[in-house]
Amino acid sequence: MSPLVQLAAEEAENPLIPPIPELVIGLIAFVIVFGFLAKKLLPNINKVLEQRREAIEGGIEKAEAAQTEAQSVLEQYKAQLAEARHEAARLRQEAQEQGATLIAEMRAEGQRQREEIVAAGHAQIEADRKSAAQALRQDVGHLATDLAGKLVGESLEDHARQSRVIDRFLDELEEKAEAAR
Amino acid sequence: MSADPTQTLAFDTSCHLFGNDGCGFDTVAPGLHSFLFKPLWGGADSNVYFNKTMLLALLGSIIVIGFFWAAFARPKVVPGKLQMVAEAGYDFVRRGVVYETIGKKEGEKYVPLVVSLFFFIWMMNLWSIIPIAQFPVTAIISYPAALAAIVYILWVSLTFKRHGFVGAFKNFTGYDKSLGAVLPLSMTIELFSNLLVRPFTHAVRLFANMFAGHTLLLLFTVASWYMLNGVGIAYSGVSFVMVLVMTAFELFIQAVQAYVFVLLTCSFIQGALAESH
Repeated sequence: MSPLVQLAAEEAENPLIPPIPELVIGLIAFVIVFGFLAKKLLPNINKVLEQRREAIEGGIEKAEAAQTEAQSVLEQYKAQLAEARHEAARLRQEAQEQGATLIAEMRAEGQRQREEIVAAGHAQIEADRKSAAQALRQDVGHLATDLAGKLVGESLEDHARQSRVIDRFLDELEEKAEAAR
Repeated sequence: MSADPTQTLAFDTSCHLFGNDGCGFDTVAPGLHSFLFKPLWGGADSNVYFNKTMLLALLGSIIVIGFFWAAFARPKVVPGKLQMVAEAGYDFVRRGVVYETIGKKEGEKYVPLVVSLFFFIWMMNLWSIIPIAQFPVTAIISYPAALAAIVYILWVSLTFKRHGFVGAFKNFTGYDKSLGAVLPLSMTIELFSNLLVRPFTHAVRLFANMFAGHTLLLLFTVASWYMLNGVGIAYSGVSFVMVLVMTAFELFIQAVQAYVFVLLTCSFIQGALAESH
């Protein structure tokens, strides 16, 4: 061993015995680092990490909320659609029923009107026939009496006679007509 | 030979294998003197001085704060690249170390301390392979000791706060009636192990790893230069390859030791908070 190394070894003493000035500086250096990190920088980043976590979880929550809303809206729509279908079916049914009754009513009304018209027609015809028969009977009477008067030269103006003769004549005519039938 | 315990360079550059002056490797080999630095300010005799390791420690603090300041001073919900990297580191320590050992509920309070410890120690270790600096600050026992002391005070006071005096004593001694006759012996060993050995090993584990790592790097670097003479060049090449290999290995060890330190810290805190059994 050279004298130099011997000297060094003597001066170095035990490397496990800490020199005090270095100890103090070491403490100061560490405390500075700890102070900055603990008081400012780590709370800073913790806040941001928390914000990030919230942003991510908030996003998930928002998505979940949107999904549930969409689900409920869909169900609402489905319910509304089913209701509308039901309503439409009901309306159709009602309309059919209404239509049927309307048709039935109209038919009854038509029937009634037809019968009325027919009845009125019959009555008219009857009346016409009667008046025509009446008129015919009178005209025929007149004609016959006129003719007979001319033929016999005798006035058959006498009403009583006239009627009797005419009636007899007409009865004969009717009998002939019936016989001919 | 111009070298002295507080030299600027780690060794005498004029000494070579097969050299004319016939100087041996023991004159340049790294040793305890490689861990001593001439004060940049203040006297070597007094206790008030400022040297390279102090400068590196303070610079390291500034770098750690600067990195996290750039990343977290104005953090965004949608992170940029730097913020993403810093967040990954932060999250690794928070989830991978604190939540894993102490649990989320109890551990939340200690996250800033453990995160600071991890990145501070890592930076101090990293100085080992940063050009020009090239010295792991944690290879000076004072720095690991200071950190281990903080952790020690924390977990011991936590134990007293949580369990009271008798409970804390039981916690430290691993009191367990079922041990019977062995109990006094077991309690003595546990007390000794927990209160004395634990903080010591906590600090020394980090210190020794960095100390040994730096010594190895120095050894191969110095040897490469020492053998760079005549036929020694071939040996020198091998040694230089070892420098590269050891540098990569150190890069790994630095992170691992920072991780181990904070993992132990959490395990001590967890032990202090745990219910006594």
